[in-house]
Order: sequence, then C-alpha cells, then structure tokens
Amino acid sequence: MASITGSVEIEVRRPRRGVIVGVLLVAWVAAWFVLRGINTLALGGQETTGLHRWLTDQRDFLGGGNAVLDAIRVAVDQLVILLQAVIAQPSYGRPVPVIGWLGVVAVAAYLAWAFGNWKVAVLTAAGLTFLGLQGLWQESMDTLSLTIAAVLLALLVGIPLGIWAGLSDRIFKVATLILDLMQTLPTFVYLAPLTLFFAIGPAAATIATLIYAAPPVVRLTAHAIRSVPRESVEAARSLGSSGGQTLFKVLLPMSRSTVVVGINQTIMAALSMVTVAALIDAPGLGQTVLKALQTLDVGVAFNAGLAIVVLAIVLDRVTTAAGDRPWRTASLRRKVLLGAGAVGALVAVWFSRTYVWAAEFPTGANVGSTIAVAAADVTGWVQDVFGGFTYGVRDAVTKGVLNPLEALLTESPWWLVAVVIVALAALLGSWRGAVPAAICLGLLVATGVWHDSMITLASTLLATVVVVAVGIVLGVWTGRNHRADSWLRPVLDAGQTMPPFVYLVPFLALFGTSRFTAIAAAVVFAVPVTTKIVADGIRAVPVATVEAANSVGSSTWQVISKVQLPVARRAITLAVNQGLIYVLSMVVVGGLVGAGALGYDVAAGFAQSELYGKGLAAGLAIVLLGVMLDRITQAAARRTRKFKGKVRGDNLW
Amino acid sequence: MVTNKLRSAGVLTALALALTACGGAKVGEADKPATSGGKECGTFNLAVSPWVGYEANAAVVGYVATKELGCKVVKKNLKEEISWQGFSTGEVDAILENWGHEDLKKKYITDQKVAVEAGPSGNKGVIGWYLPPWLAAAQPELKDWKNLNKAAAQFKTSESGGKGQLLDGDPSFVTNDEALVKNLKLNYKVVYAGSETALIQAFRDAEKNKKPVIGYFYEPQWFFNELKLVKVDLPAYTAGCDAVPEKVACDYPAYELDKIVSKKFADSGSPAYELVKKFNWTNDDQNVVAKYIAEDKLTPDAAAEKWVKENQSKVDAWLGK
Repeated sequence: MASITGSVEIEVRRPRRGVIVGVLLVAWVAAWFVLRGINTLALGGQETTGLHRWLTDQRDFLGGGNAVLDAIRVAVDQLVILLQAVIAQPSYGRPVPVIGWLGVVAVAAYLAWAFGNWKVAVLTAAGLTFLGLQGLWQESMDTLSLTIAAVLLALLVGIPLGIWAGLSDRIFKVATLILDLMQTLPTFVYLAPLTLFFAIGPAAATIATLIYAAPPVVRLTAHAIRSVPRESVEAARSLGSSGGQTLFKVLLPMSRSTVVVGINQTIMAALSMVTVAALIDAPGLGQTVLKALQTLDVGVAFNAGLAIVVLAIVLDRVTTAAGDRPWRTASLRRKVLLGAGAVGALVAVWFSRTYVWAAEFPTGANVGSTIAVAAADVTGWVQDVFGGFTYGVRDAVTKGVLNPLEALLTESPWWLVAVVIVALAALLGSWRGAVPAAICLGLLVATGVWHDSMITLASTLLATVVVVAVGIVLGVWTGRNHRADSWLRPVLDAGQTMPPFVYLVPFLALFGTSRFTAIAAAVVFAVPVTTKIVADGIRAVPVATVEAANSVGSSTWQVISKVQLPVARRAITLAVNQGLIYVLSMVVVGGLVGAGALGYDVAAGFAQSELYGKGLAAGLAIVLLGVMLDRITQAAARRTRKFKGKVRGDNLW
Repeated sequence: MVTNKLRSAGVLTALALALTACGGAKVGEADKPATSGGKECGTFNLAVSPWVGYEANAAVVGYVATKELGCKVVKKNLKEEISWQGFSTGEVDAILENWGHEDLKKKYITDQKVAVEAGPSGNKGVIGWYLPPWLAAAQPELKDWKNLNKAAAQFKTSESGGKGQLLDGDPSFVTNDEALVKNLKLNYKVVYAGSETALIQAFRDAEKNKKPVIGYFYEPQWFFNELKLVKVDLPAYTAGCDAVPEKVACDYPAYELDKIVSKKFADSGSPAYELVKKFNWTNDDQNVVAKYIAEDKLTPDAAAEKWVKENQSKVDAWLGK
C-alpha cells in the first residue's frame, strides 16, 4: 500500500493538537448521548437496497462466450494441466506423472543449489520429502503446479507493469489505487463471477490466485526502480545510453534484489489463496483442508495446513537466497560442480520414471496421521485447560473496549460519525487526510451497508491497534536480536500462510462465536507482516547511530525509544499500513466465526444468489474502509515525520 | 564454502550410485484397470457441494456409476451457486442434493432452459431452531417458542447486547430469523455465527460444558450422529405464510430435497442420467454413509462400497435390474 516516496518534510508540531482531538472526542460522546439511535442506516441480514438489487441483476451481464476470455482460459488451463502432468497427475497414458517424487525432489534441490546455496538445497530436499511423509505428495504437487502457474503469470504481467509504474508518476498513482483494490476486495466477491468468465476449472482458480498475488511484485518492482539513485541514471544518460539501455543496463540490474523480494511476497500471497481457490475446485491441499473442516477434523486440516506452510517456507528461503546471491560469472570449479549436479538430478528423474518406488511416494511411513492425531490432542488439551479463562478475557475486552467503541460508531447518526471522522482526519493529516476521508465516507453511505461498515470498523480499529502494538514489540525484539529472529521467523511464516480455516476451529472453541474470535484470527494473520517490517526498519538503523547513543551512557530503553524507533519511523508507518490491510483482508474470515457485519454480507452474497449485490457492495465497503484509513494514517505520518532519509523498510511493498 | 559445495555434490553422486544399485517394480508393470463393459457412459461430471450429506450422495452415485456403468466420474467440488452456473457452461451434469433454491430454478430451468429437474432424492430437509440435548432435557418447556422470552436472560452473550442470543447463519441458507424474532415479539438478537463450522462448534461446546444455546440448524446433517439436537416448535408452517419475508411468523417449510441435471445431460441418453433420475434413498441411508465419512474417516469411495454391499437391493432398483 504505502506509496511513501522519499520527500523532505518540515516538522510541523502543534503541541495542542492532542488537546483538540480530545475535545472533539468528548464532544462526540456528548452528542451520542443525545442523538443515539437516529439516522443509523441499519439494514437487516436479508434486507437489500435498490443498488444491491441492481448489482445482482448485473452479475451475469459480462459472463460467457467472449473470444478473448476463452483464449485466455484455454491458455491458462493448458499451462496448469501441463505442470500437473509433469509433477502431479498421472499423464500421457502412464499411471504416474512424468517426473516422480524422487525426480522432483532432486531437480528442486538442484535448482535451489544452483540459484541459491547448498543450505537451501538441503532445506528444499528435506521439506519436499516431508510433504511426502505427511501422505500429501500428490495434493502438494497439485498445489505447487497451480502456485507456479499463478506466480509465473503474475510475474509476466506484474514485472512489466511494475517497471512502467516505476518510470511514470502518473501510472504509479493509478497503479497504487488499483493494487489497493486488488488486495482488499474480498476474493469471495469475484470468485463466482470468475467462474462465469473463465468456466469452472484450473483457469478460474489460477486467475483468482493471480489477482490477489500480483500486487506485491508490481509494487516492489515500481519501488525498486524508483529508488535507484538519480546519479546512476544521469551518469548512464550522459554517456549516451538510450532509454532502453538505461533500463536494461542500469535500472533493472540495480533493482534486482528488491524485485526478488517482490517475487517472494507474490509466492506467499499465492499460497495463502490455496484454500479459498478450493471453493471453485482448485485441486490440491486446499481441498484437503476444506474436506476436513466439513467434519471439524482439526488434525487432518492442520496436517494439510502444515504442508502449505512447509511449501511456503521452502519457496521463501530459496527465492531469498537467490535474491541475495551476488550476480557474477561462475568459476570453472562451480561450472563443473553444476554440471555434475545436473547429471545427478537427471539420473534421479530417470529413476522416478522407471521404478514405482521412486515415482509414487511410498505409503509406509505415514507421518501425517501421527501429526493429525497430535494436533487434535493438543487442540483438545488447550481447549480444556484454557477454556474458561479465555471466555473471561473475551467478555472483558468486549464489554470494556469493543462494545463502547461500536456503540459510538453504530448508534450515532451517520452524519455525526462522518463529521467527526473528517474533522479528525483534518486535524491529524490536514486536507490530505480530510478529502479522501470525506469521499470514502460519502461512498460508504452510498453502498447501503453503512451500519455494518461501522461494526466492522470498530473491530478493525481494535484489531489494528493490537497488531501494531504486538508487531512493534516483536519487531524491536527480533530486529535487535539475531537469535530471536531466526527462532521467530518460521512461526511468523506459519502465521502468514497457515490457512485461517485451520485455526478457526480451536479459536471457536476458545472464544465462542464472537467478534473477539474474529479479532484474534486477524491478529494472528497480521502480526507477522508488521513484525517483519518493523524488524527490517530497526536493523536498518545505522550501527554508528546506535553506538553513539550507547557511548553517552543511554540505557537500552533509551536507545530503543529515543534512537531506534524514531529513526525507523517510516518503516513503522509502513508496518501500520500493512497491518491494517492484512486485518481488513481477514474481515470475511471473521464473518465466518461470528463477527457478522461486512464479512458475513460478503460470505452470504457468495452463497445466496439474491444477496450477490449486497455482498459486492459490502466488499466495496471493505475497500473503502481500507483506502480511508490508509490515507488518513499516511497523511498523519507525513505531518509528524521528523527524520528524513532512506530506510530499508521503505523498499518493501 | 567450496568444500561444502564439493560435499553436497559428493552426496548427490553417492545418492545416484546407491540408487543405481537397488531396483524395484517398474512403472507400468502393474495391470491397468479393466474397463467394464456395458453401455457407453463416457464422462459424468458430478458437482459436489461442501457438506457431508451431499458428499454421501455423490459418493454412492459416483461409485455405482463407475462400477456398474463404467462411467468416468469427474467430481467437481463447488459451492451450490457455482454448480448451477456450471449447467450453462456445460461443465456440470448433475446436482444430487438441492435445497429449494427457487430463484436458481427460475433462472436456469425456466428462463435459460439449461437445466431440468430430476425428481426428489428421497431426503427430507428440515430447517429450524434447535437446542442442545441437555438443555431440552433440563428445561423441556423451551421446546415451545412461547416460553423462549422467559428464558431469554440465560441465552445472553457478549454479542447479544443484553438480549437473548439466537445463533444464526450458515451463509448458504436463507434465514427468516430476524423477521421471526420481530414478529413473534421475542426478546432475542440474531447473531450471525457465519459458518456451519461455527454453529457445530457452538452446539458441541454447549453440550459439553452445559451452556445454554439456541440456534439455527438443519437436518439431515452428519452432526446428528454425534449430538441429537432438539427442534423448537415455532408456529406451524402453512402454505404461503412465508410469502412476504418481512412478515414471516411461522416455521420453515419442510424441504423435499431434489436432484437437478443439465438439459444436455438429460438429452444425452447416458445411462448415468437414468441412474441419477432413479436415485432415491432415505435420510437414514444418507446418515449412515455420512457417518462412515465424517466419523469413521472412510474415503467417500470406501464408504460408498460398504453401503452398496449392505444395500444391494436398493442399488439394483436404481439400475432398473
């Protein structure tokens, strides 16, 4: 999201701004006492507005029979089927895929070694073998095929777009808006129409994944291009390079490592779509998760979720290693080794085509059922031990914080809420905050789901505050402590890629069906990304700065609060933004566990055809909330920014 | 670093050598599955919606179609709405358990004429308000809706804003509950649990920890094998009492669950169509297969095989034997 471009700001500090905000809030509460209950624009669960019914009627308008769409569908279908034939499904008249498990493991490890290093090669081999041991080889390969197809297409479209947005300011602005939309519009809103455009099959699933997964690589490529120092570009120009030469000889090589981070995030996003895509018959691990959840089988769902996490960790580490590898011509020794490795991989492929044991993963050692039983036992134990306590926490937080906040937002007349929010935005971020806020609020009223939007807004605000607080604490800790980082990172990766559906059942057992449950799930999903960005920002604080503070006898707390956090401020702003986006992308999942409001509207619109329009409107309302909060926080950050200069975190997203 | 690389290359080579040494069964040596004779069936695209009862239907029909008719059954896991869409694009041949969906029938059967009805599946769908068994036993008066207001206080939760909580909402099902609460003047608030998973977990938790819960649920459902929920009596359904959604003050109608097939499939003369048309079984039959899948953890195929062996006569009737 954060389209923070480096710019110098003059410090504008108004010490009394806090007081004004306080007065405004007190006035709001006072007005609420008088006016509550009128003009709240509440709309019942099955009720719709004229706009909703109109949107429902438009649903099939574009569907089917379009030559361009058909061509795209056929091409994407063929790509996925080809990949599946190679590694996942019986193909070409043989009872097994073209390359059996041994061949896949060997080739993957070889590639990891060639493009990364031997450590990630070992990790790759171990990770993929583990998938087989879990008893999920074929499902994993199906998921991998679809992921590879979606990521390849995302790169094919995303990198050129990113370059374009990197070179042109106008395109950059338009792209940012569209990418915000792609990332916050709930998938459920476009899942059903996609199957109309692209029919049921691999193409629709791939394209649904693509829509959600492409934004990071576009953003990162654009940012990478934009952050190449001006001098380098000017030097190239002055030596007479053409536009194309500058791009290919200067801009792209200098952006390489950041672009790889973008590819990496695109892969992560693609994997987080596995379960949702399974709703339109995407093959693979998502099916296993969904099937298990029909019977609330937490163990089996966890086993499959774990496989997704393992795939994510392997792909993440390999792409990271590839990005870090210095770009130089290989030495003769390395060339010989690479050749030998290639021969070894080919031998393994030959084996996997010849012998059954190397083609189909042996079923003897099924670790999967052990993992499933253990996971189910642990969940049961946690539920029994903490059950009562967690309900207490839920009730305290709900009654103490959430209910009052929600009452203030939902029971006030809509115009009062709108006036207060615009005033707050103006105070915190001047016109840059106020204008987008006013536009978004106007559109929110137009969607007809104002009341539900305010319920969702209350939960979103609370969840984001928790996410930012936890993210900063963990981020500072891992940013300062290398060991903590290496220990925590797999946990964070798991939080990001474990399908939320897997931990919803235990969460439901712990907290019941409630808004609090939804908030807890959103926190689990959003904390990792916040932590990673904060840690990155802390690590980028120059060592000299920290040492200077230490040398004058600052305590650890002083170093953190007076030096590291202020210097990493831009990274923290970015972390707040991303935390918010991730919380909002969990709104629909929250709707499935009792948060109701917009999330439920979207889910119901997906399932009941007569509510489709309302679901779409609710999806747009989520986007509007996201854009509004994002613009306000960015404008606020712009006004209070004290430090200038580039921070590594800025290059992320 | 270099030694490490050497080492890894060495490991790879050693691995390759070790592999050469051992052998094993070769790919393609195993006998190919024999294609059974009979009439030409071809590919049979079966939509499978995400609930266990449906899966039980699909398992048995798919099994019989494969074994007895030699069809190539392709199961597609789809949400209901999307299955219906599949009729118009020709990617779905049959839906085996349809809950009402008058709007979709109008759109795809009456208007677009891409689908046709294939008769009832024999299963009876019931929708209503349910109580966990312990509560129905402890306070049997709650089985009558008229006594719900007196007990509202015990159903209060953090979500219900001081009223009793009526837990609603698998989003797939139409609900009249907000209107019902209002028109029956109940002191309850409808709280949207949002998914079947959430509803089941709530009932499970309520039974285990003896908590009061009242919520929207439906039969047939595999969960009834685990917990026999007790239905609350709402004012009886009479034809047309639910005509105006805002004015509903009566129970949900009983649903005759039925089967829908694509027009193309019905006209194709495929033996699979005859099977789908004749397929008919009871709620108990479905519950047995659903239990095999949900609780005994059999694969759908194994569950179907087990049931078919025990009920060959029913299967023969579907096949017109």
